[in-house]
Amino acid sequence: MADLKKQIIEQLNLKDVKPEDIGDDQPLFVEGLGLDSIDALELIVLLQQEYKIKLANAEEGQSVFRSVRTMAQYITEHQPKTV
Amino acid sequence: MNFPVFIAGTGVISAIGNNVQQHLHALENGTAGMDNMTYLDSVHKHRLPVAEVKMSNEELAGLAGLPAYISRTALLSSIAAKEALEQSGINDIRQWRTGFISANTVGGMDKTENFFIDFLKDSRKGRLRNVVHHECGAATEITADHLGIKHYVSTISTACSSSANAIFLGARLIKQDILDVVVAGGTDALTKFTLNGFNTLMILDQQYCQPFDENRRGLNLGEGAGYIVMVSEKIALSLKQGPVCTLSGYCNANDAYHQTASSPDGTGSFLAMKGALEKSGLQPGDIDYINLHGTGTQNNDIAEGTAIKLLFKDRYPKMSSTKSFTGHTLGASGGIEAVFSVLSIQHGLVYPNLRFETPMKELPFTPETVFSKGQPINHVLSNSFGFGGNCSSLLFSKT
Amino acid sequence: MYIQAAAGISPQRSFEAILMQPECYTGNRLTCCEPDYAQLIDPRMIRRMSRIIKMGVAAAKECLQKAGWEMPDAIITGTAYGCLADTELFLSKMVENKEELLTPTAFIQSTHNTVGAQIALLLKCHNYNNTFVHRGFSFESALLDAVTLIKEEEISTALVGGVDEITPVSHAILSRFGLYRKDDTGSAALLDVPGKGTMAGEGALFFALSDHPSGNDYAKLDNVYTFYKPADIAEVKDHIVSFLQRNELQAQDIDLVISGENGDVSNDAVYTALKIGVWNTVPAVSFKQLCGEYPTAAGFALWLAVHILHTGKVPGLTPATRPRRVLIYNHYQHIHHSIYLLTAC
Repeated sequence: MADLKKQIIEQLNLKDVKPEDIGDDQPLFVEGLGLDSIDALELIVLLQQEYKIKLANAEEGQSVFRSVRTMAQYITEHQPKTV
Repeated sequence: MNFPVFIAGTGVISAIGNNVQQHLHALENGTAGMDNMTYLDSVHKHRLPVAEVKMSNEELAGLAGLPAYISRTALLSSIAAKEALEQSGINDIRQWRTGFISANTVGGMDKTENFFIDFLKDSRKGRLRNVVHHECGAATEITADHLGIKHYVSTISTACSSSANAIFLGARLIKQDILDVVVAGGTDALTKFTLNGFNTLMILDQQYCQPFDENRRGLNLGEGAGYIVMVSEKIALSLKQGPVCTLSGYCNANDAYHQTASSPDGTGSFLAMKGALEKSGLQPGDIDYINLHGTGTQNNDIAEGTAIKLLFKDRYPKMSSTKSFTGHTLGASGGIEAVFSVLSIQHGLVYPNLRFETPMKELPFTPETVFSKGQPINHVLSNSFGFGGNCSSLLFSKT
Repeated sequence: MYIQAAAGISPQRSFEAILMQPECYTGNRLTCCEPDYAQLIDPRMIRRMSRIIKMGVAAAKECLQKAGWEMPDAIITGTAYGCLADTELFLSKMVENKEELLTPTAFIQSTHNTVGAQIALLLKCHNYNNTFVHRGFSFESALLDAVTLIKEEEISTALVGGVDEITPVSHAILSRFGLYRKDDTGSAALLDVPGKGTMAGEGALFFALSDHPSGNDYAKLDNVYTFYKPADIAEVKDHIVSFLQRNELQAQDIDLVISGENGDVSNDAVYTALKIGVWNTVPAVSFKQLCGEYPTAAGFALWLAVHILHTGKVPGLTPATRPRRVLIYNHYQHIHHSIYLLTAC
């Protein structure tokens, strides 16, 4: 999850945020880290780029990107198996 | 100084036709302009339908009387602006203080994006004639020079409300007695830049769009240009054919909510429509038809719909999104839809909102689904909303 | 029409600094002196902003602060090139990634009205918001829009700005058009050593325009006039002479001319002709050695003019009397010509 936090910070240019500032279960959107719909789209590309996971639509992102933990879980469940 | 502003001519080119007559025909027959991508060369060719003007740059250049290497944005602009001016019956524009106010969102990007392929490999490469018209203002000047308009030229770019704002400004310059004649509207060609940009927002429909439908999936991009000719009363009286209608109201307001998304209650849309009504001195009940912004995205249609619900209460005028025909033509949409609004008053037309099936559960009204003519249409409201919360409404009234 | 305040980010630190010792640049571009934006803009908003957006928003904020305004009735910006860095970023990624795996931020921020929109968002301002993108008329169009809205009594205050940036890519492309000096003249001698080409410039200048005097206004804006593609210098002269007549003025009624020489021989011929033929008795100063050449450079000239009228001090000149009436004349590539008339308050 530490790697994922680093990737999120980089992708979203969260300059003043350190990986340890983001709690595993802290909400990423609105009241938590304060992310918005544009960030959700950025995270969709992050999943695709780093983990080869393609989300079907932006709405699916709402549940996947609830927190770093839900995101990590989703990645584990959906990552294409390497042969 | 507050002189009335008359509309004396219209010109339009889009995926459903190259001139006003062809548009009337397509609108009556319910012929949509979306299709597989033919002229734009993109990897999304087979996945994303678009509403292209069905002509190559060479063919457009022939029609416009301009060289084929210039930006498609400028070619489209010149064709529609010329039609508008010809239709107005004004013989010699040099006799009057004439202005050309055009809008677009990406200027000569259709050429720049090709230039960039070579330029990125080597910064000394890429043909300069492909970037010389990159700026938004360059497209405007090509058309202004082509039409011989010199007195006042300007370009507005406020994303998808750009050309509504161009018309708005033109009307004000006539009211202020700064200009006698204004050709105003907008143009945009399809580009890979905008296609990929909207694709990253995940708001492009892979099928043909369904504005104001409960099951809407997004928008289809389109291209084209639309202009109206506005004149002062003095000019209007001198024309053989009387003016079609007046621009009786206009307003621009900002949603100030988010860079791209509309606020859930459509604050900006509400303020723009309300402001246009106030400017004209009309009541919501006076409006006969609304040409919706109606892009087909989840976000726009609920925001716009909610604002209409709030403003019109229980007396909803007929309404439809003609983007179901033309696709979303971005910087051209306000101009193209202004032309449709004028034609609506001129011929008593109400256009269908193609492919509408299921009412949106949040809204107590539904858009029109059939074409009708000979309707008593006196007042038409046309909405254009864009990125940056930029919301504009224009109000056209029968003379 | 009163200019209640002016603020900007330009290649010069401040008006006071110009009087003391102007910033000088070598090579063929002048770059903005930028503040620490983290002190000026909310970090949540700043993370997506490219340089031009930060410049525009910071300049707008400072202008509002100086005017003591919370909410202008209109926000109107002019930019010829728009948000170039974001445009180039998205375009490059699109080419490199062959239209796959693109992210939305650069595309969204590349929209030409981003600066105006971000200001509205920052202020939660629902009022009129417009952006003009007409090359060398971008700033003048914005100003004219504000002036007419005020005359129509639609609004009484407007925040008006002109914003353009140079990026390495735009500089490389524009250099290929032969716009810039190939020698090492530098900004200090740019106008004294005639040659081929000029130096590139950039800036974000904002003005608080009001229909009523505040008691502490920088200057009064009497008139702005533009003309497009005059056939020759004679036509330029005609425009200027009839502009003065319309304003019931003669050249000697002007205390100071601020003119737009940029060091390029073919560009500057018209200024020389006007100096001889129209305002030969009037003291004149230039401004592009301070800000460089760019389509909205007249915004910098206006910023300079209002400071001159506000303080009575003229950079590079010791006037016999405090200037009360200033005229700015500028043209961009012989296509876009503008004249501004201002008086002291």
